[in-house]
Amino acid sequence: MVKKKDYTNGLPDPSQLKEEILKKYPRKVAKKRDKGMIINEPGKEQEILANVRTVPGIITQRGCTYAGCKGVVLGPTRDIINLVHGPIGCSFYAWLTRRNQTRVPEGGDNFITYSFSTDMQDENIVFGGETKLKEAIREAYEMFNPKSIGIFSTCPVGLIGDDVHAVSREMKAELGINIFGFSCEGYRGVSQSAGHHIANNGVFKNVVGNNDRPREGKFQVNLLGEYNIGGDAFEIEALFEEAGISLLSTFSGNSTIESMEYSHTADLNMVMCHRSINYIAEMMEEKYGIPWIKVSFVGAESTVKSMKKIAEYFGDAELTAKVDEICEREMAKVKAVVAEVRPAVEGKLAMMFVGGSRAHHYQDLFKELGINVVSAGYEFAHRDDYEGREVIPNIKIDADTRNIEDLVVSKDEELFRDDLATKKSELEKAGYKFSDYVGMMPEMSKNALVIDDVNHWETEKLIEFYKPDVFCAGIKEKYVVQKYGVPLKQLHSYDYGGPYTAFDGAINFYKEMQRMLATNIWKLVDTPWKNEPEIVGSMTIDA
Amino acid sequence: MLLKHTTDQVRERKALTVNPAKTCQPVGAMYAALGVHGCLPHSHGSQGCCSYHRSALTRHYKEPVMAATSSFTEGASVFGGQANLLTAVDNIFGIYEPEIIAVHSTCLSETIGDDLGQIVAKARDDGRIPEGRHVIQASTPSYVGSHVTGYANMLEAFAKYFAEKSGDKIKQINLLSGWVEPSDMRELKRITELMKVKSVLLPDTSDVLDTPMVGKYEMYPKGGTTIPEMVSMGDSMKTVGLGTWGTEKAAKVLDNKCKVSYDITDLPIGLKATDRFIQALATAGKVSIPESIADERGRLVDAITDMHQYLYGKRVAVYGDPDNILPLVEFLLDMDMKPVYTVSGTPGKAFTKKMEALVGERCPEAKYKNGPQADMFLMHQWIKEEPVDLIIGNTYGKYIARDENIPFVRMGFPIIDRIGHSYFPTVGYLGGLRIVEKILSGIMDKIDATAPEESFELVM
Repeated sequence: MVKKKDYTNGLPDPSQLKEEILKKYPRKVAKKRDKGMIINEPGKEQEILANVRTVPGIITQRGCTYAGCKGVVLGPTRDIINLVHGPIGCSFYAWLTRRNQTRVPEGGDNFITYSFSTDMQDENIVFGGETKLKEAIREAYEMFNPKSIGIFSTCPVGLIGDDVHAVSREMKAELGINIFGFSCEGYRGVSQSAGHHIANNGVFKNVVGNNDRPREGKFQVNLLGEYNIGGDAFEIEALFEEAGISLLSTFSGNSTIESMEYSHTADLNMVMCHRSINYIAEMMEEKYGIPWIKVSFVGAESTVKSMKKIAEYFGDAELTAKVDEICEREMAKVKAVVAEVRPAVEGKLAMMFVGGSRAHHYQDLFKELGINVVSAGYEFAHRDDYEGREVIPNIKIDADTRNIEDLVVSKDEELFRDDLATKKSELEKAGYKFSDYVGMMPEMSKNALVIDDVNHWETEKLIEFYKPDVFCAGIKEKYVVQKYGVPLKQLHSYDYGGPYTAFDGAINFYKEMQRMLATNIWKLVDTPWKNEPEIVGSMTIDA
Repeated sequence: MLLKHTTDQVRERKALTVNPAKTCQPVGAMYAALGVHGCLPHSHGSQGCCSYHRSALTRHYKEPVMAATSSFTEGASVFGGQANLLTAVDNIFGIYEPEIIAVHSTCLSETIGDDLGQIVAKARDDGRIPEGRHVIQASTPSYVGSHVTGYANMLEAFAKYFAEKSGDKIKQINLLSGWVEPSDMRELKRITELMKVKSVLLPDTSDVLDTPMVGKYEMYPKGGTTIPEMVSMGDSMKTVGLGTWGTEKAAKVLDNKCKVSYDITDLPIGLKATDRFIQALATAGKVSIPESIADERGRLVDAITDMHQYLYGKRVAVYGDPDNILPLVEFLLDMDMKPVYTVSGTPGKAFTKKMEALVGERCPEAKYKNGPQADMFLMHQWIKEEPVDLIIGNTYGKYIARDENIPFVRMGFPIIDRIGHSYFPTVGYLGGLRIVEKILSGIMDKIDATAPEESFELVM
């Protein structure tokens, strides 16, 4: 095992590590992976290769478009029946495995605990599955009486030519409830990311704007890209409620379809997970004139910043005072815990390879504890998530992504909010940033190794090189990394803990780091007789 | 209520499956391949399947689960995935150096009609498979059967590819283990050793999915059936397959290819199924049954007689995989319990016949169903109609157990909220004792939790 590097003068140059990693690859693979690994240099424009097809056989951690669409975006909404059109697996694996919590009011629907599938059989592949799909929709409608049904296509559906959109239209007419389909076949795009985009399009077309309920109350906002893993959204909801901010709709943690239907009546959109939901944020601005800002409630400081940014947007003295009061009160609690935890964990090394947003957000929590992030990356983020949104015009759409529909959205003459557009331009003049995301790389240290779509081989080399104190990733990596004696914190499922957002969430996370980094068991891995002389010869009792 | 929309109004369904009692083929193939030493499973499809299957197994075992994928894109889905698989083979041997790549398919590659055999042959002809290394393939369309079918198909592929008949018989038997836990595989080996029967166990996930923590990661752990062992299976005296669904295909291949005759017996879960297994082993291995085995049996019978009052007449709902739940149902009946509801998502006509024979006279009120729409939703509806005293099945049953306040015993795949299954067997007489203990704990914990204070008992 490699000895720990000296970090007193900043992070070590990982060039040699990168070289060793690439050495093992066939030439073509090495060329590609070279561009997916960046030795970070803040201030310098560096381009990472991201959102490109996965190298076959490389042992990626990526999932598919269906997972991004059904599993991520629509899965957390409690009162819609998500009917998976396909063989049973896709539906089974997405059944309760992401921890989007929901709080069901008395009498409210909740279908999250169910898994619905057309369970396609070989005859459905041969003769088509549309008849079965229609019948399944009727059965679901009769038995569960849902307000709406979403149909999710899996790999074979597109190939055999089942038209889920036509079936949805037909069944919508027949049953009189909102039914809509998603062409989120697993092979589309190159990762979960395409599924986010497809889900955004579908929800925007079929749900957003369906209910023009009269606007009432002040400070009406939507939270986009917050999926309430382990109760994260509950923390944020409580914070808003105390501050007097009305949260109309969350996409899509602890949400209902109804709340999404009137989400276009909000005054401001806030984007948490940029990757999965920036499409809806953009489309809502184009159509309804609702501006969006990037926020993060991961990390106490980020929470303060985000809350103040909202208050600044509304420019209301009472709101500003309330936000300041909450932040001051909560930060006092946070600082007390930081003071207790930080000395034990300061200077430790962390690395994080998580989906499309947390690998960035969680760095704030680590900074608060004085833990160095030596390497980070995403499974499926795009260049703008790494480098910032200003690179979007330069991103080349390659063949694998070209077929993902880009909705053309136009201004809704009746509902467009000229008042918000005016407000936006005034605030912008004063230096307020809208539609802005700086990306992960500018906020990372010099020499930090940024890796897109990290694979198993690279993970092994990273551990060997850095000997990190904590590795943040997902379930597939967890036990691999822990066999090395390195604790792994799952930042998808939170290892069944959480919440980690806002102030109380931050405190939870600090305490979790305290626990993980101090765990006694890692010191008990070696057998006590490992360094004892071995007893040899015939000294057994019988002899 | 967690499952608030479930009512007792059972509606005939033809198209909708709700809360399935099965999953799809490839995860079974992946599990079987992990039971072979030095083997890397490979999923020929889009990468989502592979990630889901690895995650499912990882959650179940709390262990690393490795597999590679062809990572289909839309182009490959239209024009065929040959190039993806060939590239994958190059990359896998180059980077991860397994002895064997075991390829299975998904609904994607099956629907477009990729011929795995032809692609693997091309890989071989192109010289992409290094000397002494192997690529084998099994077709595992997700729209046929269930995860159990996938397991059977991969097991068959191993037998077909590796077993060789040299002409010299070896005094050993082939034991095809069925889809059971590493702990069960270990127990099967312990029993054969006790019986002094030499055997090759295929697959064998012990020391693969229950590895110790020693401070380093081994991509190919020491466990798993080895290539020489698999080759030698063609020269064995007999094959004993445990469970029709899981092992019959492989047993037949060994018979057809190498003329090793076979017996299929049930997975040794519970008393009588273990009796039959022991007798099958004794017959196949031409050995007498040692007293230590009879003692183990006697201890199981003893425990049941001691605690019979808590078991007698209890109504039980069971769901899971046919090879595993059929002997379990028999065991419940032998303890005078009533397996009133039994469902399995895995299709197969034999299920009804076997259930009929088991419950016919002993539990005439029993309802059972398998195949499409035989799901946990249906079972829950039956429970709503008339309740049970116990539920036995995988983790997903905890939602029903909580809603209905019914004791719950976790058995089957997947168990993702407790440990134990990988370490403590449920096969053999010892496994039977563990099942009895778990059932009693469930039932008696509820008695303790709900008994009026005046009749709360110290001794039970």
